[in-house]
Amino acid sequence: MSPPPKPRSLDDEDPDRLYTVTGGRSRTDETSIDLVTLIVTESDATPGMQSEYVKIIEMCGRPMAVAEISADLRLPVSVVKILLCDLLDTGQVTARHPTSAPAKAQLPDPKTLKQVLVGLRKL
Amino acid sequence: MDSANSDARPARTPLRSTADTGLKIVIVGGFGVGKTTMVRSISEIRPLSTEETMTRAGVGIDDAGGVADKSTTTVAFDFGRITLNERMVLYLFGAPGQERFWFLWDRLFSGTLGAVVLVDTRRLADSWYAIDRLEYHKMPFIVARNNFEGAPVHPLDHVRDALSLSDDVPLIDCDARRRDSCKAVLIALVNHLYALSSAAALESTR
Repeated sequence: MSPPPKPRSLDDEDPDRLYTVTGGRSRTDETSIDLVTLIVTESDATPGMQSEYVKIIEMCGRPMAVAEISADLRLPVSVVKILLCDLLDTGQVTARHPTSAPAKAQLPDPKTLKQVLVGLRKL
Repeated sequence: MDSANSDARPARTPLRSTADTGLKIVIVGGFGVGKTTMVRSISEIRPLSTEETMTRAGVGIDDAGGVADKSTTTVAFDFGRITLNERMVLYLFGAPGQERFWFLWDRLFSGTLGAVVLVDTRRLADSWYAIDRLEYHKMPFIVARNNFEGAPVHPLDHVRDALSLSDDVPLIDCDARRRDSCKAVLIALVNHLYALSSAAALESTR
């Protein structure tokens, strides 16, 4: 699509653009990707690659959380997750999942919390 | 007031290459209660903003008149970041407490360590719904009263009564504009989580 994404105006944005960005898909295995999953680039962008993929690959030279990628691309989190699934499939990025985060309706383990406390106290 | 300071912050620094564990804490509260101020006070980066869209099947009221009636709703939220150590990064999300936000809770915030309900005593009613929803989602939380208008008028006990808050939920005062105060709020939350988690661990070994 030709027009560049307008900042903070998804409500007014042509839904077709989001449809095109994701190749029209709405569901993948994106549920395994969390807001705070850290994404790391593993290989350079390939010629002719869709611009959103290129941007992700360029911004994840150092680990970057899905939420940050979403903010920088100005795309909804769910759209970014779909794009990330593609890049994970091809191995161009890898994901560091928040393994120590608790499962739904479960408390985080004391060991993790202790580490969080130590980190916060140092601020 | 507080925004002038944040603009002096350097451009966003990348995470360390050793970072491998992202963690979440959510700050919930009504409009103007100081969520973004709190995120800004404690975050190591200028707060970022993003959105999630949600498709709500069957939400459209049965009215064929709305031609371009979209089936999607957008919820925007701010967030900041705190590097805890070589590996752990804590993300703080400021989340609007309004009804449509809670439809997104599971998708966005499952796995959250815990929540801070930020309250403005002039609008306590705004907090009831958030507290109710957190309890529904079994998400542990503390309540922080943001005293940005000088000294608080009511004792905290009155606030606890007004919110029908049980005694085991910590309730503290804070000033969201002050970094040390926000730090104390986060430490109070994690201490609370630690106590709950240790008790649960003890229980399971019996």
